Amino acid sequence: MSATAGIAVHHHRDYTGSKIGMWLFLFTELLLFGGLFLLYSVYRAVHPEDFHHAAMELDKLVGTVNTLILLTSSLTMAVSIAAIHRARKGLSLVCLALTIGFALWFLVNKYFEWGAKFDHGIYPNSEILLQHSHGEILFFGLYFSMTGLHGLHVLIGAVVLFVVGIKLFKKPFETIEFDGRGLKQLTGARLAVVDERGGRLWSSDTIDDSVKAVEIRLKYHPVRKRVRKEDYAALENSGLYWHLVDLIWIFLFPLFYLIT
Amino acid sequence: MKKKHAEHENSGYGVYVVTWLALLILTAITVTVSGMNLGKVSVLTALAIATIKGSVVLAFFMHLKYEKPMFTVMFYIVLMTLAVFIGLTFFDILFR
Amino acid sequence: MGNHAIAKNAAPPSFYETKRHPGIFAWIFSTDHKRIGLMYMMAMSFFFFVGAAFGILMRLELIAPGKQFMDPQTYNAFFTLHGVIMIFLFVIPGLSASLGNFLLPLQIGADDVAFPKLNLLSWWLFMSGGLLALSSLFTRGGPPDTGWTFYAPYSIRSGTSVSLATFAAFILGFSSVLTGLNFVTTIHRMRATGMGWFRMPLFSWALYATGWIQILATPVIGITLLLIIVERAFGIGVFDPAKGGDPILFQHLFWIYSHPAVYVMVLPAMGVISEIIPVYARRTIFGYKFIAYSSIAIAGVGSLVWGHHMFVSGQSYTAGVVFSLLTFLVAIPSAVKVFNWVATLYKGSIVIETPLLWAMSFIFLFSIGGLTGLMIGALAVDVHVHDTYFIVGHFHYTMFGGMGMAFFGALHHWFPKMFGRMYHKTTANIAWGLVFVGFNLVYFPMLILGWQGMPRRYYDYLPEYQPLHVLSTVGSWILVAGTVVLFVNLIRSLRTGEKAGRDPWGGTTLEWTVPSPPPLENFEEPPIVTRGPYDFGKVVGK
Repeated sequence: MSATAGIAVHHHRDYTGSKIGMWLFLFTELLLFGGLFLLYSVYRAVHPEDFHHAAMELDKLVGTVNTLILLTSSLTMAVSIAAIHRARKGLSLVCLALTIGFALWFLVNKYFEWGAKFDHGIYPNSEILLQHSHGEILFFGLYFSMTGLHGLHVLIGAVVLFVVGIKLFKKPFETIEFDGRGLKQLTGARLAVVDERGGRLWSSDTIDDSVKAVEIRLKYHPVRKRVRKEDYAALENSGLYWHLVDLIWIFLFPLFYLIT
Repeated sequence: MKKKHAEHENSGYGVYVVTWLALLILTAITVTVSGMNLGKVSVLTALAIATIKGSVVLAFFMHLKYEKPMFTVMFYIVLMTLAVFIGLTFFDILFR
Repeated sequence: MGNHAIAKNAAPPSFYETKRHPGIFAWIFSTDHKRIGLMYMMAMSFFFFVGAAFGILMRLELIAPGKQFMDPQTYNAFFTLHGVIMIFLFVIPGLSASLGNFLLPLQIGADDVAFPKLNLLSWWLFMSGGLLALSSLFTRGGPPDTGWTFYAPYSIRSGTSVSLATFAAFILGFSSVLTGLNFVTTIHRMRATGMGWFRMPLFSWALYATGWIQILATPVIGITLLLIIVERAFGIGVFDPAKGGDPILFQHLFWIYSHPAVYVMVLPAMGVISEIIPVYARRTIFGYKFIAYSSIAIAGVGSLVWGHHMFVSGQSYTAGVVFSLLTFLVAIPSAVKVFNWVATLYKGSIVIETPLLWAMSFIFLFSIGGLTGLMIGALAVDVHVHDTYFIVGHFHYTMFGGMGMAFFGALHHWFPKMFGRMYHKTTANIAWGLVFVGFNLVYFPMLILGWQGMPRRYYDYLPEYQPLHVLSTVGSWILVAGTVVLFVNLIRSLRTGEKAGRDPWGGTTLEWTVPSPPPLENFEEPPIVTRGPYDFGKVVGK
């Protein structure tokens, strides 16, 4: 008797549902930053010259490099997902690691960038900052809050990607389970691994009533067609979160660094 | 460059690389433009380019182009909500 | 989830009997939507009484001019905590978190919500936020005294535990967001076969609209609360005029959430009324689609009116006019609902039961609240009554007379389903009477007091206001007595109530097709829906 996936029992998993859930969560993040963008647009409208002036004190080079870092990290993230859909687990993990690396690089740059500002006496409520005009004080207040909140999300993203990476590393490519009714149909039979010529490489004991469940986990080189997108929803959804972090920076960058 | 997609197929590596290159080019443009002294137009240009970059990330990296229309509709509702929040606030700010 | 054979004749064990963990962990580690709903209900009822205690004590202080037993600082802390607890821990989670959790999967024919573990996290966040908020009572700085609205600049400068309270509110907001996200996904993905959108019960429609408000509006107060904390800690200056900041912007950000929040409070309540009325009028609801669409309309238009809280704040006259116009518009979909409910009752076969008494109270009291809302939506009127007791009366009529009445009605209507027993009806009706009379005695005088110029949040007042204050305080005793009788009756009925069958009221929605209380997985077979939700043609109660 040959085992077919047709009578296997799979856990309830709603791939589309989890995707909807993730998108809804991303919407909340957009609105969270949205409140800050609201403050930015108001204060910019009220103090256009001051904002323009204050922006000149930011380092455009670091900003640009950070932009390129995040854009490239989005690429590696997307490639990581595409890779696992093509059963290229090694490539997927490498790209995921690169994404995390880019995230950390971004944070290191931010650390030095903020550090430089602090060294120049520019930080919220500092004496030097308070001597500037209102518009400039607000610019930096928003700069630190918005890039700070964004940086926090980069950090969270990196942690999430790390956890997802570990799970991906340990995850078998495919798990076929038999329990309940599916198992009953196997009673009296044996599992066997056979080569192309039908030669038996391994076989199990006879499956009798003492067996509660049978689970087959494939760890190596499945055929690409058998990779189910549904099984990698966690990676995909984490990818969506990561792209959102990139998306927010795509707007933060010109609003703070390029309005000179 | 694979552009045709079956229902559950996802983008090939090529699409992602091209997307990334487009983003790099757009970034180069926006940085260059900001160096030129265009006054009011420069803000609008920067935002316009950012919007294009954002749309590209949404459409290709985040797959919105290939998802069911419902996802795009929801996204526009969210954008509109934020726009309305900011817009109605400006009825206050601009007319004080 | 494995398959297991259930003999057709044996009733499956109820969800109470099917435990995955021992003792209290069967509850606090459970991802079953029914247990989670009940845990919310218990917690919220507890927080309601804590909030009510602050209310009773305030009313006691206000029985006469001058100090009775409380100093002004304590009074300020009390009205702040009364607001924070009632709003964030009772009315906003409200009917969504408690009843919504219990009922939504049952109403749409599902075995749970889309993300059960996330659902449990929502409850844990709710409890954490609640306990954190209450802990502000015991801090060195003392509980916040800013009012639940935390207006800058005072909230930035106050020496009380504002950061703690706002952080608690932030966590509660996160809980609310996750619930909304869960419900929206559940409704999109898990409706039973044959249940198109327009065969879905109206309570579920209400939860859908509410979920969207939770998703879109709550993050805005999230960031606003974080900004208060950051402002207090680091002085970034966004709300500080000395640094160029604008305190009115705080109010914009605050009310951008807090106005839609009142629809988070009332939409599920309206959904409950839409469920109760058809059952006790024994006919299908009038204008189902209009009621469904009006929920979406309220969510949408209700997100555009927040500036009506700020007419006298210093915002521009133009903004005032715009927000006033939009505020008048939002009354329309609510009016549609009221009309349709009344039309459903008209020439129906009315059965007077406790839930119907509560539903009719809702219609009456919420209408008073809504009509006073129209009055204060008019700029010229609001200039005089803003920050007076007229406002306090208005929002208690809408929030308490609205959501509160619906909550009590829902507790009775679905009591048999949740607990497998009927409640003692006479006592329940007496409780209703006490609450209804007490409620109007507390809050109607406030409308008059406010009109006469009595300001809100004032610890002391001129002698001419005393008679109405006395009336209001006596009313508060009757009101609280009524709620105590209500809860004691329900708790008593848990043990001594008559056992209930599947459908004691003759309801037609899916929750009435399963045993009372339901088994763990809700439905033996996933239901197949072939009719609208309020088809009374074939159903007879039992």
